[in-house]
Amino acid sequence: MSLIHFFLAHRLEIADSTGEHLWLVLISMLLAIAAGVPLGIAVTRKPWLSKPILGSANVAETIPSLALFGFLLPVPWLGARAGRLAIATLALYALLPIIRNTVAGIKSVDASVREAAQAMGMTGSQILLRVELPLALPVLLAGIRIAAVWTIGIATIAAAVGAGGLGEFIFRGLAMVDNRLILAGAIPAALLAILADIVLGLLERRLARGRS
Amino acid sequence: MAEAAAPVIQFRDVEYCRGESIILRNLTFSMQPGETLVLLGRSGSGKTTALKLVNRLLEPYSGEVLVEGRATTGWNPILLRRRIGYVIQEVGLFPHFTVEKNVGLIPGLEKWPAQRKAERVDEMLRTVGLDPAQFAHRYPHELSGGQRQRAGVARALAGDPPILLMDEPFGALDPLTRAEVQDEFLAIQRKLAKTIIFVTHDVREALLFGTRIALLENGSLAGIYAPQEFLRAADPPAAAYVATLQKSPIPIPQQRGIS
Repeated sequence: MSLIHFFLAHRLEIADSTGEHLWLVLISMLLAIAAGVPLGIAVTRKPWLSKPILGSANVAETIPSLALFGFLLPVPWLGARAGRLAIATLALYALLPIIRNTVAGIKSVDASVREAAQAMGMTGSQILLRVELPLALPVLLAGIRIAAVWTIGIATIAAAVGAGGLGEFIFRGLAMVDNRLILAGAIPAALLAILADIVLGLLERRLARGRS
Repeated sequence: MAEAAAPVIQFRDVEYCRGESIILRNLTFSMQPGETLVLLGRSGSGKTTALKLVNRLLEPYSGEVLVEGRATTGWNPILLRRRIGYVIQEVGLFPHFTVEKNVGLIPGLEKWPAQRKAERVDEMLRTVGLDPAQFAHRYPHELSGGQRQRAGVARALAGDPPILLMDEPFGALDPLTRAEVQDEFLAIQRKLAKTIIFVTHDVREALLFGTRIALLENGSLAGIYAPQEFLRAADPPAAAYVATLQKSPIPIPQQRGIS
């Protein structure tokens, strides 16, 4: 009971932090999509780019998130503000699944479909925009879903550099050994992740339907 | 009359290589408007490669392929391909487009007015024997193999290209459907008088559609024959094909009594 009372008493604070959290995730996801999809397309067009691009995205993924926040801290413009730093870090993490699934989605397009498109006199950009990307969309969306769920989780660590979000409660709770505070951060974060998973999953299934 | 017309497609001493291996060599022939040339040969004889040289999906290693008097390498590939319909065995319909959108693709790319495009799609679907009311709004996965192949032919014809390339278009169909679609295509071929290159490994199909039959062996032209000449041809490669026609395809089972 006391947990519910605690949540009710701090509902405004929790709502604020949830908003902050969502904001961090949203901006970093948009950045990651804006960078990741073109990079993925580039890999399918120029196979020699595959190693450097996927390789560096892979390396970014292996760095523990807290350390990555630290690495980016001395970067001039980025390190100056906690929000920027957090968003850059989160975007880097979200990049790999988005690039990988863009590549996988485009490569999954049937060779005969691509050949027919080319033989009918469609230009490269027409083939990309009208055939390859629409057909890659369900797979691409699966990548975005994975990235979103990760980012929502990792964004709790952004509080360590003072960027706010639901991690604030968790770090305060750890410092004060107060489970209620930890849960006030952890439960909304978990719910956000589940929600993102469900909504994006539904979207993905809707797009996949009506195709063989 | 046909003799005087300028050739629509001309291969001049064309060679094509992939890596170390020569796929086509010394390929020379020319085609008059309205003619159907069947490229007949085994798998790996270079038939498909020859076809793709016409719409510049591939470029010759040496020699040249002329379409309407101009080398394919001198054409803007987009403009060249808009003049050439292309039908392949796997059909290659866009799975996220309805039949209507698939067939209307080239008129759309050519920016036809909506009204004319809609009429054209209707007309094309009827031409290939698909009722527009029933099929226009279906997706490719909602069609049978034969219907899909018909839609593929309709799409290739929609832009009214003077040239049609067909790569074993009916090869993946079951025998009954194949016979049906072949009959329909025969009628279309007579009605529209396109210049057609038709790739197949099936002698019967070659004799059915070809005004001439070009026999390919290991990347070289073994000969070009009118259908009647082909049936009487004495040279070994053509004779071997003709012999398969005479062989009964099914061993008739012996009556076996139980004694």
